[in-house]
Amino acid sequence: MVDVPLGVAGVPPAEVEDVELYHPKSWVTHYVFSQDAKIIAVQYSVTALSIGLVALMLSWLMRLQLAFPGALSFIDADAYYQLITMHGMMMVVYVLTALFLGGFGNYLIPLMLGARDMVFPYANMLSFWFYLLAVVVLFASFAVPGGPTGAGWTLYPPQSITAGTPGLAWGIVMMLVSLMIFIVGFTMGGLNYVVTVLQGRTRGMTLMRMPLTVWGIFTASVMALLAFPALFVGAVMMLFDRLLGTSFFMPEIIEQGARLPYGGGSPILFQHLFWFFGHPEVYIVALPAFGIVSDLISVHARRNIFGYRMMVWAIVAIGALSFVVWAHHMYVSGMNPYFGFFFATTTLIIAIPTAIKVYNWVLTLWRGDIHLTTPMLFALAFIVTFVNGGLTGLFLGNVVVDVPLSDTMFVVAHFHMVMGVAPILVIFGAIYHWYPKVTGRLLSVPLGQFHFWVTFLGAYLIFFPMHYLGLMGVPRRYYEMGETAIYPPSAHDLNIFITVMALLVGAAQLAFVFNLIWSLRHGRGAGGNPWRACSLEWQTSATPPPHGNFGKELPIVYRWAYDYNVPGAPEDFIPQNQPPLAGEIASRAP
Amino acid sequence: MHVVLVLVVVAVGSVLFHFLSPWWWTPIASNWQYIDDTIIITFWITGVVFVAVLLFMAYCVWRFRHREGHRAAFEPENRRLETGLTVITGLGVAAMLAPGLFVWNHFITVPPDASAIEIVGQQWQWSFRLPGQDGKLGRTRVDSIADDNPLGLDRNDPDGRDDVVLQGEDLHLPIGKPIKVLLRSTDVLHDFYVPEFRAKMDILPGSSTYFWLTPTRTGTFDILCAELCGTGHPYMRGSVVVEEQVAYDAWLDGQQRRMLAQQDGTTRQKGEVKAQQ
Repeated sequence: MVDVPLGVAGVPPAEVEDVELYHPKSWVTHYVFSQDAKIIAVQYSVTALSIGLVALMLSWLMRLQLAFPGALSFIDADAYYQLITMHGMMMVVYVLTALFLGGFGNYLIPLMLGARDMVFPYANMLSFWFYLLAVVVLFASFAVPGGPTGAGWTLYPPQSITAGTPGLAWGIVMMLVSLMIFIVGFTMGGLNYVVTVLQGRTRGMTLMRMPLTVWGIFTASVMALLAFPALFVGAVMMLFDRLLGTSFFMPEIIEQGARLPYGGGSPILFQHLFWFFGHPEVYIVALPAFGIVSDLISVHARRNIFGYRMMVWAIVAIGALSFVVWAHHMYVSGMNPYFGFFFATTTLIIAIPTAIKVYNWVLTLWRGDIHLTTPMLFALAFIVTFVNGGLTGLFLGNVVVDVPLSDTMFVVAHFHMVMGVAPILVIFGAIYHWYPKVTGRLLSVPLGQFHFWVTFLGAYLIFFPMHYLGLMGVPRRYYEMGETAIYPPSAHDLNIFITVMALLVGAAQLAFVFNLIWSLRHGRGAGGNPWRACSLEWQTSATPPPHGNFGKELPIVYRWAYDYNVPGAPEDFIPQNQPPLAGEIASRAP
Repeated sequence: MHVVLVLVVVAVGSVLFHFLSPWWWTPIASNWQYIDDTIIITFWITGVVFVAVLLFMAYCVWRFRHREGHRAAFEPENRRLETGLTVITGLGVAAMLAPGLFVWNHFITVPPDASAIEIVGQQWQWSFRLPGQDGKLGRTRVDSIADDNPLGLDRNDPDGRDDVVLQGEDLHLPIGKPIKVLLRSTDVLHDFYVPEFRAKMDILPGSSTYFWLTPTRTGTFDILCAELCGTGHPYMRGSVVVEEQVAYDAWLDGQQRRMLAQQDGTTRQKGEVKAQQ
């Protein structure tokens, strides 16, 4: 335990005077070209969720093909590979990254830190419009001759830019350009998030008093600023290879009988660049989810998050370690095999801070006062799926165990569980949790419960059995499983079962979309703080918060964000901006 | 308390599925039993953790559910508990990593008596090359690839004169002999994958990769491609036949004779062409 000085004396004086924001004067500058982080957050979120629905439908189509090969005549092998590529890229970059950082980051960072807005509102606005442009370019590739690229979301050359892969003419170029625009847009947003956390906190809000949501998003933003450039560079080099005839990634090769004018390049160089981005990317999605779920559990279990300082250091440690594990995606890529020792060791070490986080979540439930609200249900389901997906990561990270499993359906099941299902459950939980702040109304509980049970159990039934297909030896990225002696007929039945579950889970999302729209007008009024939470976003002057977030005076922070059920306190929570109570002991955590 | 029930059902159900479902790995046919053993160790450790976490959660949700007048305990940290859990996790991780690295060292150390064969991936078929009497594979060059030389053998290299090239045919391997598999591609990435062998490795154009194995069971096994190589990826199949040394020698002998006859044929044809000119 640390002794923290409490009371007004412990709060530093204001460094600069509070200046009035420049308020928008027209409807267009208020809602369209908005510089208000909260509006930008909604723009990001609505765009990302819409793309998520498209990606969901793409996954339906590919699951139908896998369950009933050839039944849908318009899904030929070309179309199938285009579907999986677009599904993967959309989900990882344009949905998950954009939603966690652009959506939740924009909404929550200023509000949770007691700031009036992001520090660079104009760049923040541009960030969204670049993102939207990237999305438009990505979707335009459905309309170009040859369609989108079917190179797989990893875009490995030479295959991505040689014959035999759909989208060779236009699709791959559109994909690379779209990624580059996305990265430019993200950089503008990401710098905002980082600088706002470092410079925009209100008085008393020390770093070690920040809610874990902010810690997660902050660390993820720093990582993204360091990781995305590797992808950017890779995209530029591949564009040069494709359009200008350079040979960064292209050795001497024969394309369907014809010798191509390439030579001397290294395909594996692209894989290093891609995964130097790609692995941190996993944690760019996971860390905000870790942070958000910590807050959901704490609020709805009415108990302080257990081991706050360990949680912060675990986030920082995971962020740092995630930059030295990338080649665990490449154990059988043909890189120098001695790298395996190093990357297996670092990869398994990262399991330790990750496990600490899991322990602290369940230890927060322990001796709590657990309210099974919709956000809490999603948080619990997150722990289940994340533990499951994290543990299978110990198979794939442990170099020699990865050898038989790599490139099989085991990998597909693993990463969907750990960075698909788990973070998306957090996204849902977070939306049920913060929707009342954004709109002033609560989402319908019966609809939310229905949505929860179908999504959680359905998704588990999709991906848990899928591991065993991979263990059996079914490779991923197969247009059809095909016949081999080692696949029993029942494996086809399992494929059909998985597809039926996928259709069900997908359909249940309609209940969620309906709930979002219906509750906008008909939801129960929420008031300012429906969950009785401590953090600052629930202490705003009005709900939804106006431009500038807080009233005339910015809040002053006297305590951490987890003062739930403090002994002797009259209520079961004490807001962060509540000055010390008479007789409150000054000796406890942050 | 259906949440508690579901958590227990998920934990128990997953374990039952693991033991009762018909989907499991195919019996091994190589020396990489170590890999299977490491997977089993990992299943046990991770399985115990998974069930423990879920059951503990179920207990918490049941025991500490919200009731009127119930209050949560305020306890920001518990140094001893946190340190203890960290140490236990570290031990568990070490218990998986140590055998993993040990077996990996074995995996990448090719025994000196392994005989080399070459496997070539091309969109979308497998080709194989075996050394002839001299036991050496000849050099290859991408620029030498032609219709009558699909693998690009360097015709000036004497080591390659007697190499046996197999296209559209099964690969045969003798049982019980360590084999170093050299992998080469002339177009895009591929991955030589025989599920029964457990071992696999990507194939890169522009460089050569390898792995080794000792076949331990006779039979015919399917070869799959495990690295996306274009639209024909799932159809890039082949077969490998593992057989007793005697049968293998007979097969190899037949292949060598076929090769010599073919080479003879091409030389004679070229001679005729020259004579006509």
